[in-house]
Amino acid sequence: MRKFVTLTAIVFFVAALFAPVQAGSGRDYVSIVGSSTVYPFATVVAEQFGKSTSFKTPKIESTGSGGGLKLFCAGVGVEHPDITNASRRIKQSEFEQCTQNGVKEIIEVKIGYDGIVMANSKKADPMKLTRKDIFLALAKDVPDPAGGEKLVPNPYKTWKDVNPALPDKSIEVLGPPPTSGTRDAFVELAMEGGAKKFDWIAAMKKSDSKAYKAVCHTIREDGAYVEAGENDNLIVQKLEANPNALGIFGFSFLDQNMDKIQGSYVDGVQPEFEAIADGKYPVSRPLFFYVKKSHVGVIPGIKEYLVEFTSDKAWGAEGYLSDKGLIPMPEAERAKYSSDAQSLTALTSLK
Amino acid sequence: MNNIPQNIPDRAAKKERTLDIVNRGLSKRYRAERRFRFYGLSAIIASMVFLSLLFISIVGNGYTAFQQTFFELDVSFDPEVLDKQSLATADYQGLVKQSLRNMFPDVSGRRDKRMLYSIVSSGASFQLRDMVLTNPDIIGQTLPVWVPADDDVDMLMKGHFDREAGEGERRLKDKQLAWIDQLVADGKIEKRFNTTFFTSGDSREPELAGILGAAAGSFFTLIVTLLLSFPIGVAAAVYLEEFAPKNRWTDLIEVNINNLAAVPSIVFGLLGLAVFLNFFGLPRSAPVVGGLVLTLMTLPVIIIASRSALTAVPPSIREAALGVGASKMQMIAHHVLPLALPGMLTGTIIGMARALGETAPLLMIGMVAFIVDIPGGFTDPSTALPVQIYLWADSPERAFVERTSAAIIVLLAFLIAMNAAAVILRKRYERRW
Repeated sequence: MRKFVTLTAIVFFVAALFAPVQAGSGRDYVSIVGSSTVYPFATVVAEQFGKSTSFKTPKIESTGSGGGLKLFCAGVGVEHPDITNASRRIKQSEFEQCTQNGVKEIIEVKIGYDGIVMANSKKADPMKLTRKDIFLALAKDVPDPAGGEKLVPNPYKTWKDVNPALPDKSIEVLGPPPTSGTRDAFVELAMEGGAKKFDWIAAMKKSDSKAYKAVCHTIREDGAYVEAGENDNLIVQKLEANPNALGIFGFSFLDQNMDKIQGSYVDGVQPEFEAIADGKYPVSRPLFFYVKKSHVGVIPGIKEYLVEFTSDKAWGAEGYLSDKGLIPMPEAERAKYSSDAQSLTALTSLK
Repeated sequence: MNNIPQNIPDRAAKKERTLDIVNRGLSKRYRAERRFRFYGLSAIIASMVFLSLLFISIVGNGYTAFQQTFFELDVSFDPEVLDKQSLATADYQGLVKQSLRNMFPDVSGRRDKRMLYSIVSSGASFQLRDMVLTNPDIIGQTLPVWVPADDDVDMLMKGHFDREAGEGERRLKDKQLAWIDQLVADGKIEKRFNTTFFTSGDSREPELAGILGAAAGSFFTLIVTLLLSFPIGVAAAVYLEEFAPKNRWTDLIEVNINNLAAVPSIVFGLLGLAVFLNFFGLPRSAPVVGGLVLTLMTLPVIIIASRSALTAVPPSIREAALGVGASKMQMIAHHVLPLALPGMLTGTIIGMARALGETAPLLMIGMVAFIVDIPGGFTDPSTALPVQIYLWADSPERAFVERTSAAIIVLLAFLIAMNAAAVILRKRYERRW
């Protein structure tokens, strides 16, 4: 009897260990990875899709844009994800990596825009910044205030030092760490945009593009910029407690907390839904997802998921994604991407 | 004779002096002791204050999530909308909108209607669909149905929104507030116990989000962990304690087990990614992989606890068993193990409680994911309770703040239950010699 019990126990363990290997050979749900910025939008679509069709709800992991593309490009087969979300366009190097691993046909779908806002507590007055102010306040090295084409370590302590029109408050900005896609977009759009206002820095782009990037994209490390982690809710709470601080995050967090915080003007435009949608607000970026064409038809539901995502009731001007803070694309662009997605037109090269 | 009177005061003076020294020092020593006790006590008070602050803030934030605002809608299940052929795909959203329009007939204009529709959760149409699918006889009738309110309305009813703020700064506009006030006056809106929170999986709509999916994922993960780590841990401990010779190799193994117990958990996640996912090709996000990774993490804890439980069994018991002719295996199986088992189980439960609260290793193997369907097995994609807390804490909707705290309350309840089980087990079965 005891022998029997021991034997069954052993058989059970072995079975428990090896059963999943067999079960893993097929997958009946769509597997999605990628950007934490697109995550809140993709999950809404996935949920609607799962509830309104007979397919299983797709699984969505929040791995970051770079991490997602790495997993996505690792190969073809059920163990690799079908779709990756990205808060930036796929890079040439990633595209080549994909091709090398046999992921030859990728469908690119642009889903809309996300504004990056600098916000502060309602208890203080709204800040009226320009991109040049942002660059001067946050860059590690800035043009010598005394004049000349020389870089000096950032000497500015207060906003008034940067621009006499701004209040006499010390520079204190809470923002995402370097691993974040929001940070990448912020330095590219706001800081680089501000740096370009100096003609000689803009000229560097041609003569020494590496140094140009280093100047534009390096954020100061002397404590004026505080890396607050990837959790944007935390930044909102800290802003509420400290009216002197500014925070950097995605528009959807401003949209959900309008009673507590306010967006700063950038180049005279406030981050509002309409201003971002028509491109007036300068710090906004497109969001994408990429689909592995060879998985369509192998994994059930990919095509239907694309149809759901690109339908007007999802990403349209009044769709449910706009309720969640996604800034929709203009009508013509939507039509283009939705027809591309539904006819499964693959990306041939990155222009 | 002369010496004596001389001597006595001398001695007395001497005695007085020692006593003086003692007495003088005494109050200082008492003070030192009081200070010492005070330090210890204040350490305890400080930790109790922090603990109660934690509990107060979590419970204070979270208890409201156990209630949810519901509307009463008079839904007419219109046979023209509900075609018998395609009941699953009929326009249930349309039914919800129709009943809202019937309740507020004066609302006109596209914008206003859109605002009106947005006070009801998008889950309402799925609720109607389920009602019709389970009981098609209701088609043609008009029934009052309680449907969940949108999360913004829920937040308003729970007092998390400032009504006095300007219209542009609120999620709900003046008109919506007027409609809600009218509903309140009519008694068509009320807060009920939030069963959804305990019976459904994750959702991006806070009013539809629940923790059952995450709890099921944690359950499957822990089953795998328990089934693997307990037998392996106990077998390892028994071998090391009862059979292994004392030499340099066993010393090395012992040092390594102790080191392993202190390895940061993210390292086990990386190991799991490299071995279980990339080498063995197990599926991502599956509880079986989570269980395997957490097994690696809890094994050292269980081995260490089991070994100390075994050493606590007095040698006389072993010698007595061997003395009456038991074999070594009989001695272990019949006498030593039963006596050491309570200690081993306590160690196991504490190890499992730690595994239940672990997120970092699960991050690497894809269990930090949005999963709506409730996992039904060891290979279904799933998350775990602490991962759900992490995901909700990062969501922009304000209603997720209270749900995060509520999920923490549930996780803490599980942890307290497990630790209490360990204490009871120890109290009841542990023997001291």
